[in-house]
Amino acid sequence: MQFSPIRRLRPLLFSALLLLGISSILYADTKAFIGATIYPVSGPVIEDGVLVVRDGKIESIGARSDVVIPSGATQVDSSGKTIIPGLICTHSHIGMGGGGDGSDPIQPECWTLDSVDVRSASVERARAGGLTLVNQMPGSGHLISGRTTYLKLRRGGKVDDLLILDADGWPMGGLKMANGTNSQRAAPFPGTRAKSASLVRGAYIKAQEYRAKIEKAAGDPEKMPERDLKLEALVEALDGKRIVHHHTHRHDDILTVLRLRDEFGFKVVLHHVSDAWKVAKEIAEAEAPCSIIVIDSPGGKLEARDIQMENGMKLEQAGVNVSFHTDDWITDSRLFLRSAALGVRAGMSREGALRALTLSGAEMLGLEGRTGSLEPGKDADFAIISGDPFSVYTKVLETYVEGIRVFDRSNPEHRLFAVGGRGAGEDQTYQCCGERGGQ
Amino acid sequence: MKFRVLLTIGLVLTGICADLEGQQQSIAIQGDTIHTMARNADGQWMEPIKNGVVLVIDGKVAAVGPASAVEIPAGTRVIEAAVVTPGLIDSRSVVGLAGWLNYDHDQDQLEKSSPMQPELDARDAYNVREPLINWVRSLGVTTLHTGHAPGQLISGQTFIVKTRGDNVDQAILEPKGMVVCTLGSSGFGSGGKSPGTRSKQMAMLRQEFIKARTYMDKIDAALADEEKEPPARDLRNEVLVQILRRELPLMITAHGSVDIQNALRLQKELQIKVVLEGASECYDYFDELKEQQIPVIIHPTMMRASGKGQNSSMETVAKLVAAGIPVAMGSGYESYVPKTRVVLWEAAIACAYGCPFNDALGLITASAAEILRISDRVGSIEVGKDGDVALYDGDPFEYTTHCVGTVIEGVVVSDQKR
Repeated sequence: MQFSPIRRLRPLLFSALLLLGISSILYADTKAFIGATIYPVSGPVIEDGVLVVRDGKIESIGARSDVVIPSGATQVDSSGKTIIPGLICTHSHIGMGGGGDGSDPIQPECWTLDSVDVRSASVERARAGGLTLVNQMPGSGHLISGRTTYLKLRRGGKVDDLLILDADGWPMGGLKMANGTNSQRAAPFPGTRAKSASLVRGAYIKAQEYRAKIEKAAGDPEKMPERDLKLEALVEALDGKRIVHHHTHRHDDILTVLRLRDEFGFKVVLHHVSDAWKVAKEIAEAEAPCSIIVIDSPGGKLEARDIQMENGMKLEQAGVNVSFHTDDWITDSRLFLRSAALGVRAGMSREGALRALTLSGAEMLGLEGRTGSLEPGKDADFAIISGDPFSVYTKVLETYVEGIRVFDRSNPEHRLFAVGGRGAGEDQTYQCCGERGGQ
Repeated sequence: MKFRVLLTIGLVLTGICADLEGQQQSIAIQGDTIHTMARNADGQWMEPIKNGVVLVIDGKVAAVGPASAVEIPAGTRVIEAAVVTPGLIDSRSVVGLAGWLNYDHDQDQLEKSSPMQPELDARDAYNVREPLINWVRSLGVTTLHTGHAPGQLISGQTFIVKTRGDNVDQAILEPKGMVVCTLGSSGFGSGGKSPGTRSKQMAMLRQEFIKARTYMDKIDAALADEEKEPPARDLRNEVLVQILRRELPLMITAHGSVDIQNALRLQKELQIKVVLEGASECYDYFDELKEQQIPVIIHPTMMRASGKGQNSSMETVAKLVAAGIPVAMGSGYESYVPKTRVVLWEAAIACAYGCPFNDALGLITASAAEILRISDRVGSIEVGKDGDVALYDGDPFEYTTHCVGTVIEGVVVSDQKR
């Protein structure tokens, strides 16, 4: 099943362009970035390194003495600069995409790709921050607010241009869930924590029954249940095809998520997890990854009162896989490196903090096979920065997605989004659950 | 030497008075680098002192200079750090009024019953035990210009506190700071109440100040002529008269170009002291700001680039400094998270985006004190000023540097590594 016709047309387009005699089109482009300090994340730091990129993929990487630069490759002097994998934000609201409305606390049929605006200035700002991949999330005002969309920040005027397609041609994404106070409100929404968990149980039990009917039908169209978009998404979660991205703050809410996961067997990433440091041991034993946020002061609501900058350090030391996220607009994608730097300030290892911006994020989206580190065969998603990744004085100079430069600080139009100023803005603000937003 | 003895006696006497509050002590702070943030006669920043000492006796700076030139009295407690700066000043905060939990019971920063309530006194709403006070204090902040939030045409007053004390009186540095005015859509009335447009905002302000001027004229007439009765007391007009007499500045929060233009016009019409706050698009009006001598308390550098801040730039501070316009930085108001921003980190981003180091540090020390009119007390490490310092284990602006101590009037109020 093909979601987009572009994929099918690609070879045709390719041949047509070749026939036109255009020799330097993007897929035939080979570039060698020479002389930078390279953080592959999958291995030790390389001084005076070389990164060779061909047809949108990383062809080779290593010390200058170890890498053969292909003849005909465009050589780019990157000395004095630093190259890191493109940053991955596991929880973002750029493009202002939303999920369900106020009619029901459980709306897995809704899909952020139907509402995301990829022309939004927020998407430009994310490119300016060195981001190459985001998990575009609906809000936290529902128990299940919808399907998330994984977006590669390629340049494109429509959401289709930024999608990641699976083997069947379907756009990849997860499922957003939430517990705690954001999703508690007047009926039909739950008013308590126990009711929240109970409603979620009910939904997954229905999905189990739906899946059983499909299995029983064994492909016979006569016996198949009527298609139900809500249940289809939940079955995908039950089957582990759709990772559950679960907003949760308080220590007991975190354990509730793990209890539900164990009851139904979905794959889960714990998001925000303000209180994670209190239950780090339990999270580690459950082997649940954590996508955390760094906020400049504690509070904002009762369940985020005890959030600590030390969260990353304590989870890392407990052996939990940690990623950072921006929750943009909660924090600014342009300063995503800062989140990890503040993690280092509070005791996290530098290696762990950089991994938490890149490879760990890829793992939490199930995309570590193609991005998140600089390794031959992976997508050429990387950022060129001016110095130490964790220095306030370091700037993102260029961002590449699949070998194509999508941000260039020396380009005044791009620079406007990096620093701001007249014309850099937009009239929309993200709102998911009233005045208090959706951390 | 005699002078020093006299000075010491004087300081001791001052100290005795102050000690009644149990606040002031003596301490010596040794720093590998001390940014005093003092200016020379030409107004230029003094060079930092290498291997220096700040000696605080009874709450006041008694000496500051190279370690070789400052004698530390025997028995004085000595603390050390790589870098020392003046205690930081947050020029526009709502900490103490807008509590960290963000529920109705701890949100006292904005009264929505009426669009203009200049009579609201920040002292009556300040919670000295608010945890966010400790939070910013652990990151070097010793002085807060805090009070009513933007969000109504005139929402109330601000005041200035030190980040200490068990009650509001122990915290107060200046009981009256400024009067808070908001122009633009964020100052529109709630629930459909006026003002609902920018023109209406300006008309309402003009009308209110005409009334206040009439009130002031009656007071002046009564002062000049014993036969005449002064007008009945009116809390609102009393505050507005202070603005008309240029005793209190009107701090106008305005972000959009039109709103800043209106703030400039209002200043010209009323000939009052105006401080422009927020000021996202102030880059359109540098000439006017200079001509009308309006200082700017600029938005935090990391303010969200959406809504009112959609055209804000992380380079505005650098441009204001280059243009010679007095500028300080505040943490502003956040309705959600972070419930307060940290001015140290906001100034750091201004520095990273083109503002020279001293000017960036000035945003949250000496320049802030000058704009807030408290530079006789705080903002720089100079003999006779309050012994307020912040200590760091490296470049204060660097992400991975920690604030390792905060001292207010010689008392170590925070010593955790943050």
